[in-house]
Amino acid sequence: MIEVLLRLALVLAPISLAAFGGAASMYAPLQHQAVDVQHWVTLREFLDLFAVSRVTPGPGSLLGTLIGWKIAGFAGAVVATLALYVPSSTLVFAVGTVWNRHRGKKWHTALEAGLAPVGAGLLLAGVLTLVRALSEHTSSIVVILAVAAIMAWRAKIHPFIFLLGGGVVCYILYLAGY
Amino acid sequence: MEQTPRVPLKSIYRVFFEIGLFSFGGAVSGWIQREVVEVRKWMSHEDFLSGIALAQIMPGANATNSAVYVGQRLRGIAGAATALTAMMTGPFVAILVAAMTYQTFMKLPGFPQAMIGTAAAAVGMLLRTSVTSARVSARGLVPALVMAVTFVAVGIFRFPLLAVICVVAPVSVGLAFWASERRR
Repeated sequence: MIEVLLRLALVLAPISLAAFGGAASMYAPLQHQAVDVQHWVTLREFLDLFAVSRVTPGPGSLLGTLIGWKIAGFAGAVVATLALYVPSSTLVFAVGTVWNRHRGKKWHTALEAGLAPVGAGLLLAGVLTLVRALSEHTSSIVVILAVAAIMAWRAKIHPFIFLLGGGVVCYILYLAGY
Repeated sequence: MEQTPRVPLKSIYRVFFEIGLFSFGGAVSGWIQREVVEVRKWMSHEDFLSGIALAQIMPGANATNSAVYVGQRLRGIAGAATALTAMMTGPFVAILVAAMTYQTFMKLPGFPQAMIGTAAAAVGMLLRTSVTSARVSARGLVPALVMAVTFVAVGIFRFPLLAVICVVAPVSVGLAFWASERRR
């Protein structure tokens, strides 16, 4: 059992640390390792777990948690989650420490001013990617635009209301035959 | 060194627990921005957005990286650990429950469609907050151009993210440095 958990951590941690570009860049190496190399799950099972990870909240890389759960139960899920998020978080923390220590210096201010529009551009690009992923469903485009418009008009509405509303609207559209 | 108000760990936990639990469709940065910058004013737009850029350059999930950055900025190591744990608690439980009940739920007529609607609403919220960030950070011609180039390169042409940042960021930072030198 310990051996399985150790192997799980040793496979997942490097995948997470090599995932430049967020959770989406983890899918390919995760599939390769879990299906072809370690034979933890079949391709069919992998795709089922992928579908589960898409309909639940949290980063897409939680798929790794499900693979851990599949091969070693609750302990596997815990070890997989730690292996996925602790090393990368530690790295962010280390860089953040250096970043915050130099706050107020001239080069830091310039870095912050220079990186802010890059961050905004990345946010916008991220939205486009997500819109594209949902664009096969016409009803979801309607929901995306409606939520953005309502939020611009009434900023204080709780996000949960939007999530619930989006789900209900698409369910009703489904019943109506769209 | 500017003074930032000391935010209670309990508040950090509550905010990030909620963000994590409802972070459908991967649209998390917009929500963090809404709660942390717009509603609670724990940090400035520039501080947050430069942190987002850092969080995205680093490997790992953007959502957890952003949580660690914000938590650390607010309360150091305790804040980072709190934000990360809080953000992962809900999704961890939810995904295990979902995996165990998946077969039953996905057979319910309309359930997958409703989940897509939920994800779409999350993306709609992200769209709105991203437009706000775009407006805030694109004051002036150079930042607006930098933002547009980043967006087109990553979003439309789908160039590798790391390569785009390695080209755009030094130019943008250099110009910002030059502008601050000139202002003196």
